[in-house]
Amino acid sequence: MPTTVEIPKEKWTGKVREVTLGATPSNGGTRGREVVVGGEATLPFLHFEGAIPHPPVVAVEILDRYPDDWAAPLKEVWGDVMKDPVAWARKAEELGAELIMLKLTLDESGAADGARAADVVRAVLGATTLPLIVRGPGQAEADNAMLVPVCEKAAGERIAVGLCEDKNYRTIVAAAMANNHLVIASSPIDVNLAKQLNILISDMRMPMERVLMDPTTGALGYGIEYTYSVMERLRLAALSGDGMTQQPMICFVGEESWRQKESRVGQGVPAEWGDWHHRGVIWETVTAVALLEAGADIVTVRHPKTLELVQSTIQKLMAS
Amino acid sequence: MPLSGLEIYKLLPKTNCKECGFPTCLAFAMKLAAKQAELSACPYVSEEAKQALAAAAAPPIRLVTLGTERNFAVGNETVLFRHEKTFYHEPGLALRVKDTDPALEEKAALVDGFSVERVGVNLVMNALAIENASGDAGTFAGAVAKARAKTKLPFILMSDNPDTMKAALEKEGGMKPLIYAASDGNVEAMAALAKAHGASLAVKAETLDGLAALTEKATAAGAEDLVLDPMPRHLAGALAAFTQLRRLALKKNFRPLGYPIIAFAGDGANSPEEETIAAAQAICKYAGIIVLDHFDAADVYALMTLRQNIYTDPQKPIQVSPGLYEINSPKPGDPLMVTTNFSLTYFSVAGEVEGAGKPAWLLVTDSEGMSVLTAWAAGKFDAEVIAKAVKNFQVESKINHHKIIIPGLVATISGDLEEELPGWEVLVGPREAVDIPAYLKLWQ
Repeated sequence: MPTTVEIPKEKWTGKVREVTLGATPSNGGTRGREVVVGGEATLPFLHFEGAIPHPPVVAVEILDRYPDDWAAPLKEVWGDVMKDPVAWARKAEELGAELIMLKLTLDESGAADGARAADVVRAVLGATTLPLIVRGPGQAEADNAMLVPVCEKAAGERIAVGLCEDKNYRTIVAAAMANNHLVIASSPIDVNLAKQLNILISDMRMPMERVLMDPTTGALGYGIEYTYSVMERLRLAALSGDGMTQQPMICFVGEESWRQKESRVGQGVPAEWGDWHHRGVIWETVTAVALLEAGADIVTVRHPKTLELVQSTIQKLMAS
Repeated sequence: MPLSGLEIYKLLPKTNCKECGFPTCLAFAMKLAAKQAELSACPYVSEEAKQALAAAAAPPIRLVTLGTERNFAVGNETVLFRHEKTFYHEPGLALRVKDTDPALEEKAALVDGFSVERVGVNLVMNALAIENASGDAGTFAGAVAKARAKTKLPFILMSDNPDTMKAALEKEGGMKPLIYAASDGNVEAMAALAKAHGASLAVKAETLDGLAALTEKATAAGAEDLVLDPMPRHLAGALAAFTQLRRLALKKNFRPLGYPIIAFAGDGANSPEEETIAAAQAICKYAGIIVLDHFDAADVYALMTLRQNIYTDPQKPIQVSPGLYEINSPKPGDPLMVTTNFSLTYFSVAGEVEGAGKPAWLLVTDSEGMSVLTAWAAGKFDAEVIAKAVKNFQVESKINHHKIIIPGLVATISGDLEEELPGWEVLVGPREAVDIPAYLKLWQ
């Protein structure tokens, strides 16, 4: 007698919020397209169980200055475009990036020049049709000094700005709210802290349709398992109906992965580590893939080959 | 799934003879359910009841062991998500070679010897899959014999023909291989071979119904250690099928599918990178054995690292013992550095100091296995903790200076530390371990 196996499905009561990055002219911006993420009503890529209306997307990370401290394989592959954020953004778009993540840095003197930051953001917006993610240097005062003028100068473009942390979110959230942008809420690998920050941001009357969540990324071999599990827990909470965990998640994969020894060092490492350039790409790719399996909606990468590999992986995972 | 007291009671003689030491059969059943009594205490229990109770106590996913000298076990997992408890048995990584491959012996030796140390653990490959691509029994058996001369790793023998499989099993050396695979046409014959050779047996079918029917036939024919291949056609299909199998075993206690899963990462991949990606997914999502078609050190190292990460117990980060470690035989005048006892932190720092060829003292504090920044945030790596470690491990008796290098990430505690350690100079080291060699060159 043939056995009939019933496919086990979960009945989820919640789903992830849809968040739209970028605004086209009809919505008050100048972007060539808008990118919607989120909306999942099931765990990552389980099409047999629930709707996954939007594929995760890949953003390419660029800097507002030449990244002296980046690993040699990255400098080799990008070449001279890294000297100019405008050329760099154009090249990233040409290579198929779905979003650009522009990281703003301090001046050589250590000063946070808000006017310059705003000009760079405007120039990059002019160079690409893609929606933009803009991050500050990651120090509370400098972030405020740079991101407020950026938000003003890019008003209406629906860029995503960050990072908003528990000690430093009010100014950025207010600036984003006033100029129709999104914010990235960042918390240190902890479900409750992530949730709490979302509540604080929501209390400022920021619509939750304009909040992305950064759980803090650990790279492969350097804490990825913590990020992986926190993301699984956040997504399970979201699907179980917890409204303050239902934000799409963004993972800064390139930045974390290329910071590690495996990616940064080519000499004096064990032969069993294999080819340096390939290792860097694979380290970044495997980090991205594992976190996509845990629920990432946006991953940011640095290497063009990673962009290609992760995008084709997403395509395959979205084919039900 | 464990039985309730009442369910166990139904299986007992119900005579209330008291010989087990309990007043009634029901009381005994309750104790059995609570695991406070042994079934053997009942002299009258039937064989049928024994079997039923043993079956109920069996894990929902069978533990299957491949190999003898270099064995590995997979299965016996209890959760869908690692944060619920932990994942226990790391998936075995195998390389597939064809019996027609002129480099077969070379590859066997490569897989056998490949090993990378990471946070104090040697990461290795676990098996060699040999495929009967020639279609010829003699060639297959010859290839198996040649490979066996190079490695004691368990084999995954791949042929659909029971006669060919038999020929290979005779050359395999009795090291508990996995027979791949039983399907509709050959399941009885393959199961008989598995039973005769002490081998485990993979069953393959494109539907879960088909798989369940096969495992029932295989177990009826005497093969107990089974492995499932749901033959997914693409990445999304593999994720769906593997998730469904894990859920059926754990949430429904569905015995016919309570076995580990085998994944062929190269099937459907258009490049070595795509294969690595498929293997990465299989590590995260429920494979017990992962077969690769290409071997590239960087890819395999990345996959082994992911496997190590995902299978780390979330409750117990890998740690080293706190203490004062000597690196490159330091003298009393050499630098003293301090860090936490999270394994990755310790090995990153120690590795860099070793690599730099500089002698140094490394003081490792008890920070409950947390990394520098996490420990600092949790108050487990502050001035007080460090000062206590300096005293407890009698640092002053080993060195003749009063300088301590703290990680750059916790530069903010240097003031506090100078207060805790009067007369000491606190130096702020690099933020990342990778920058330690350059820093030590400047140290005087």
